[in-house]
This record gives sequence, structure tokens and C-alpha cells, in this order.
Amino acid sequence: IGWSGKAFLSTSCCPKVCIVGSGPAGFYTAQHLIKARQDVEVDIYERLPVPFGLVRFGVAPDHPEVKNVINTFTQTAKHSRCSFYGNVNVGKDVTVGELQQAYHAVVLSYGAEGNRRVGVPGEDLRGVYSAKDFVGWYNGLPSCRELSPDLSCETAVILGQGNVALDVARILLSPLDTLKKTDITQPALEALAESQVRKVLIVGRRGPMQVACTIKELREMVNLPGTRPEMVAADFEGVPEALKDLPRPRKRLTELLMKTAMEVPGDKELERRKNATKIWGFRFYRSPTEIFADPSHSRTAGIRLAVNRLEGSGERAQAVLTGEVEDVSCGLVISSIGYKSLPIDPSVPFDSRRAIVPNSVGRVHQAAGLYCSGWLKTGPTGVIATTMNNSFDTARSLLEDVDSGTLDISTGKPGSQIVSMLLEERGVKPVTFSDWEKIDSLEMRKGEVCGKPREKLLTVEEMLKVART
Amino acid sequence: MGLTLRLSRVIPDCRSCPLYRFKGCVDNTAGSQRRGSFDNLRTINRHLQTSICLYQAEEGSSNAEDPDDVVNVVYIDRSGKRIPVKAKVGDNILYLAHKHGIDLEGACEASLACSTCHVYVNSAHFDKLPEPEEREDDMLDMAPMLQENSRLGCQIILTPDLDGIELTLPKVTRNFYVDGHVPKPH
Repeated sequence: IGWSGKAFLSTSCCPKVCIVGSGPAGFYTAQHLIKARQDVEVDIYERLPVPFGLVRFGVAPDHPEVKNVINTFTQTAKHSRCSFYGNVNVGKDVTVGELQQAYHAVVLSYGAEGNRRVGVPGEDLRGVYSAKDFVGWYNGLPSCRELSPDLSCETAVILGQGNVALDVARILLSPLDTLKKTDITQPALEALAESQVRKVLIVGRRGPMQVACTIKELREMVNLPGTRPEMVAADFEGVPEALKDLPRPRKRLTELLMKTAMEVPGDKELERRKNATKIWGFRFYRSPTEIFADPSHSRTAGIRLAVNRLEGSGERAQAVLTGEVEDVSCGLVISSIGYKSLPIDPSVPFDSRRAIVPNSVGRVHQAAGLYCSGWLKTGPTGVIATTMNNSFDTARSLLEDVDSGTLDISTGKPGSQIVSMLLEERGVKPVTFSDWEKIDSLEMRKGEVCGKPREKLLTVEEMLKVART
Repeated sequence: MGLTLRLSRVIPDCRSCPLYRFKGCVDNTAGSQRRGSFDNLRTINRHLQTSICLYQAEEGSSNAEDPDDVVNVVYIDRSGKRIPVKAKVGDNILYLAHKHGIDLEGACEASLACSTCHVYVNSAHFDKLPEPEEREDDMLDMAPMLQENSRLGCQIILTPDLDGIELTLPKVTRNFYVDGHVPKPH
């Protein structure tokens, strides 16, 4: 690199830890480390000028309580032994190797920015989007700003039956009056105001007892004003009998799903459904095989679904093709079959099959001083609470290693001193947490004007401009 | 739906809280959804936060202890250590834990949008608690190591007949099922 490590050694031997990624994984790891030892200093690096990762860009706009966790993260960021450096692209502006030289330990918590492809013809047609991009679009993720999804069709098909699929369905069908009061972006609000989508099918390979969503989100769909459910009763064959053996969470979820699909509603609910103008429903035992184009527009006009049957039961049930197919007309296909982590630095071991960094309880294999937490560690499933436990586990592993001497903290490390120098040489100017607070205040002030909690800035350029004021 | 969101966002369901003073403290403006949700609150909620910061404010706890008001609570932390605490009628189990430096997370700030304040309640007192509302049950379903005596700490408000209640923090397991699989209790 051209600098002598010794010249910059700090005299203290307090452990210095670097965390890459400022979403829940990064912040919960930092929180645990700072609380556990009075001498640990933590620096969090984030590629965007703004922190909080999926809490800001993934959690649905109509779930503001879930975002309360930002208050916890803010306290961590403002702790005297924690520093935030936004606008730093690890892997490009500074390498993981350089970070490892500067810090006693590096924790990779940069999540999953890619998505699993469906792998069928027609996947790249206009009108076909990944849920990751669609969610990023309505949540103001700068890289998704140009998505401009075409909502001028009546039917939308969502592939996947997890919480992200339900979020997308709910945002597509929510009354505009509800969305207007959230932090959904202005362009998304305008697009949804013009949307002609009236029917949303949420399609899964397997059956009702394998849905990956959770009951809170299902209940929100059931109670969504202006909508009514429409499902296929035959899909629930065998389900009532299997209920009694299910563990509580799966049982309650399946009961609600069954009730919604099959129970004859009371008068009040019948009336409500009669007045509903929008329809939603799960479709089971269906796998996509091809997405068709409308010849005159080269956008999607429909999707071919192969019909499955189940082999085995419970979580391990497998979908097996029957040979039958079914074609569904639709103008919008959103694939919600999972996010995927990407490798950001060739020096970091990466398991491309599972798309995670290989590790044992957060300790990266064959890489001393390197740890990982969050989705990068375990794969892209779980809610914030899951990630919290996961991150605390990694922090514990790191602390164990300090205590046992596996992680050597006897020599001081320069930490951010040297990294700041490298970044300056490379023309990269980090955004501090107080810089973010300027962006935060501006967004909230802009939001107040139109009755929203905030009006998000939509480009990195705008964010940096405000950060530098 | 909007109103429910606001009411539930910061403190537990007011209807189940015996204390009148909690009713007036919910901020109804759009600003309540911002960071600093505790801006306009006058209750003990205001300074509560993460396990990092030591609870400093003493509002909500009177110095003149009315013996009828005192509720003895025992927290059993993740290492099995018993931590007896003198609390008051109306105290919230989550915020009480924070006040005494017990590491019970409350990521969503008592708005029934997470399960990080999951606790086990001792059998003698479990049945004395009011039934959980549907929304609490929905979030409990997400908690790892769910047991028959599981509750969310943010929904437990102390009453005189809960004197002696014991709350055990679930041990965090290394074998965490990230696919949401909840092991059957045994």
C-alpha cells in the first residue's frame, strides 16, 4: 500500500472493529460489541450516503412501527465509541484487505442486494420485475428510481408467497388514502394513483401449509379495505385434517388462510365483499415455466404455470410436476422468490451455491479476523428480530475470540485514521452521521408539507448535496 | 387502521392499562411517526431505549413509595441470574427491564410489530394476565423458542395481583432456525 503500519499505530490497544453495512445486522452487531466491552470502538461503513439498509428501503411504507428500530440504531450511531461513514463503497473505494490491516476485526454485514432469477423465458420482458426492485422503487432506493413499472393492466401475478410478496400485493391494492400518509415515494404514489391493477394472484409452487408469509401480513390482506379474497377451495383438500398436528404458528396461519378461502362469510362480510372493487388470492401448486409477450408491445401478456402435486408434507414437502399446465393472462409479473447476496471482494471466501459467506457462528472460514452477520451469514430470510439474534451471535463469537486470544488485540491498530487517509487520496468523501441528520431533517420537513412522515430524497446526488451543506 | 397504528405504536393497548394517565400521552400528528417518537410524551416512555444507555430519568417512579403501589418483580436473565426489582402498579415490563439495565430488546417500541421483548412468565402468575389480543399472538408466533407461557414483555402492565411475578428471558440459542421453523416444545 505504501504506508508503514508502524508509523500510524495508536498507543492504546483498544479493540477496533470495522463493520461493513449499516442495516439491522451492522447496527445490532455494533450495539452488542459496544455494550459488552467499554474499550471497543466500532466504525460502520455504508455504500449509500444514508444508513439503515432494508429498514429504510425494504420495510413497507405502511409498516412504520417496524421502522421504530431506527431510534435504537441512531442511539448506537451517536455513541462516543461508534462512527458512521456513509458514501464508502467497500470493495471499490477501499478493499476488505485494507480494512483488515486497519482494524483488529472486520464484520461483513452488507446483506443481499441481488435477487434469485426465476430462470424462465420472457423474464426480461417489460412488465416483469423482481420484487426486490419493485420494493426498492416504492421505497426510494436510488438504483431503482428508473424502474417505472407499467401498472396499466388489470391482472398482476406475484411469484412467491412470502412476506415480501404480500407487501407487494398490499401496496398494489391499498386505498390511495392510506398510502398518501406514508413515506412511500411521490413517483410511486403517482404511478399507483393511475394504476389499473384490480386483481392480484399470489402464486406458489406448493400448498397452503407451505406458505412462507406470516400471519400478521396475511391478516392485513384479509382486512384490506376495498378488496375481497378469491381462492380455489380444492387447493385446501387435506388441510383441515392436518391442522391438529401443526405447531402453533403454522396452525394459526393455516386456520386463517383456510377460513378466508373456504368459510361462508357472515352478512356484514358478504356486503363488504360485494362492494369490493379489487380482488386478491393465493394460487397453489403452480410453477412458472414461461412468460409470454404481447406481440405488438413486447411486454408481458401472460404466464404459463405448470401444475404440481406435493410429495411429502410439512416444511419438507416437494413440488412435483404433473404434466398439466395453465395459462394466466396478466400484464404484470413480479417475482418474489428471494434476495441473494453477492460477493463484493475477491479476497473474501464466498459460497456461490448458497450465496453466503461460509462461516461458523459468524466466523468466516479460513479468514482470521473476518466475521459476518445478517443475511450475508445465514441467507436472506428472517425479520429484523431474526437478524438481531444472528448479529448478537456474531458479536459474541468475536468477543469470545478476543477473550481467548484467537483475535489478537495486543498491538494497536490505526482504524479510521488510515482509512480516512486512503479515501481522501482516492477522492472519496465519507458522509458522517450528522451529515445524514441534515438529510433526515430535510426529508421530514418536506414530508410535513404533504402530511407524510418524510419525503425521501431519491438520488445519491441530492443526498450528497444536502450532506455537504 | 391509521388510528390503531398510532395508538399501538408507542405503548401497549391503552384499554388494558389500568392507569388513566397513559391515555392522554399518544401524539396524534403525522410527526409521531418520526424518529424521536418520544418527543411529545410525558411518560416514562420518553427516555427508554436500547440496552446500551443507562436509564437515567426517574419520572414515573415516585419517591414516596405507597406500599399498596409496590409490585415485586423478578427478572431471570439469559445467564440464569435472578434480578429482583421493586416496581409499581402500572409499570410496563419492557420499560421496567430497561430501567434496570436488563437486556430485553424492544425494537418496535411496544407497537406489536416485533417479538424481541419475548419473555416466559412463571406459571403462578401466567394465568393472572389478561388474554393476549390477537395482534400479540400474531407476533408471538414469530418468537423463537415459543412456549405455553410465552408473552411479549411490552404488553404486560403490572397490577397488584402480579406481585411476585417472575419473567425469564429466553436463552438465545446458537442453533437458530432462520427459515422460521419453530421447534415443537418438548
